[in-house]
Amino acid sequence: MKTRTRNGALALLAAATLAGCGGGGKSQLEYRVTVTNLTAGQPMSPLLVAATTGGAVWQEGQPASVALEKLAEGGDMSDLAREIAANGGVGGAAGAAPIGPGASETHTFSFRRARGVTLTVASMLVNTNDGFAGITALPISDLAVGESMSRAVVAWDAGTEANSEAAGTIPGPADGGEGFNAARSDAPDAVRIHAGVVSHDDGLASSVLGVQQRFDNPVMRLVVERLR
Amino acid sequence: MARKFMAAAVLLAVGAAQAADLEISVTNLTGNTYFTPLIIAAHPAGSHLFQPGVAAGTAVQAMAEGGDISGLEGVVAGAGGQALSNPAGGLLAPAGSFAVVPLSTTAGNTRLSLAAMLLPTNDGFVGLDSWTIPTTPGTYTVYLNAYDAGTEANTELMNPGAGGTPGVAGIPADPGGKAGTGGSGVVPASPNDHEPNVVHIHPGILGDTNPAGGASDLDSTRHRWLNPVAKLVVTVK
Repeated sequence: MKTRTRNGALALLAAATLAGCGGGGKSQLEYRVTVTNLTAGQPMSPLLVAATTGGAVWQEGQPASVALEKLAEGGDMSDLAREIAANGGVGGAAGAAPIGPGASETHTFSFRRARGVTLTVASMLVNTNDGFAGITALPISDLAVGESMSRAVVAWDAGTEANSEAAGTIPGPADGGEGFNAARSDAPDAVRIHAGVVSHDDGLASSVLGVQQRFDNPVMRLVVERLR
Repeated sequence: MARKFMAAAVLLAVGAAQAADLEISVTNLTGNTYFTPLIIAAHPAGSHLFQPGVAAGTAVQAMAEGGDISGLEGVVAGAGGQALSNPAGGLLAPAGSFAVVPLSTTAGNTRLSLAAMLLPTNDGFVGLDSWTIPTTPGTYTVYLNAYDAGTEANTELMNPGAGGTPGVAGIPADPGGKAGTGGSGVVPASPNDHEPNVVHIHPGILGDTNPAGGASDLDSTRHRWLNPVAKLVVTVK
């Protein structure tokens, strides 16, 4: 298991959001977030972990933001991290490398006490057109010190790119194709639960994916512990 | 003073256990599957719209094969429950939701259940069985799974209109208009012995990529889903 510890968190978020964070005082909250990739053949892009106060980062049944589209189609979380910061994100952490199937990753982050803080975690399933694992606006401020909770995280379809599974359209190692493309080619253009991949092994001859890229929910296990 | 406040809080909590003002919304989380008119019911513990592992009755069969909830409305009324029928005013489209609807439950109706047929399927439905309505005010989210009524073989063959009659094989409609024709059938229509004849989790759609033949009339790239298929949000006031 890889472990990264960052107090004060992701540089992208830190400058904009940790105003008033004197650092190290008794009013600091500290959380440890551990994710495990539960899929057989879907590496997950570098993890976005953010404590937010601005509400949900995506809404089922609604179009994805362009920033979320960039994460879901190309595994690039940087715009989403900036947006969360601009909307009052209060701290977070981010992965530096993809998380392989079966692998786990832990982030520890802290921030000054704030009411109504929720957690958002997101990561692309890189062998898909626009699938991502994630949970948004998970309330964490009621966790007591020493307590932990776990969640089974499902795969979402960003609804921004058709699930053609065609060569050249998937950025992960199964294809090495295109990441983000601003065109919205899926219908409905709405975030929803991913229907899974079909693959050429299951009759979609034009698919670059095989049986090893198929997945079912849940795709990720999330454990949140409050350390102080 | 503090003691008085606590007593009032306890009374409020007891009151909520007896009757509750709820606000309900549902979102269809699939990409190409429609929900027929929903039935959402508050009812006493011990009564059910359906039960996993138990054979579907005629009311569940009519809902799951043809989207007809009138039988289930009778089941709810017979149990002393309260039904919220067709809150979406017709089909609930993929990724769609309806405006929040109120439901004021009466004493004893402490459980919430939900059912609606999934189109296009043979006898698939989105369901919630006897969820305990929380007594603490707040907003609660429940993700719902797709069930198979176990009453009709999953042939995945279209039979427009007629297929909605209980006992008649075939899928009555694909509101999205993406289904094909000419399939040979994923499984034989009769006997329905490829699945347990009780309510179970739907195994999902097989589909194929041949709109004018193949085994299935459904499209493997469009008509599949993974659970959960719906999000239910209940606000307890």
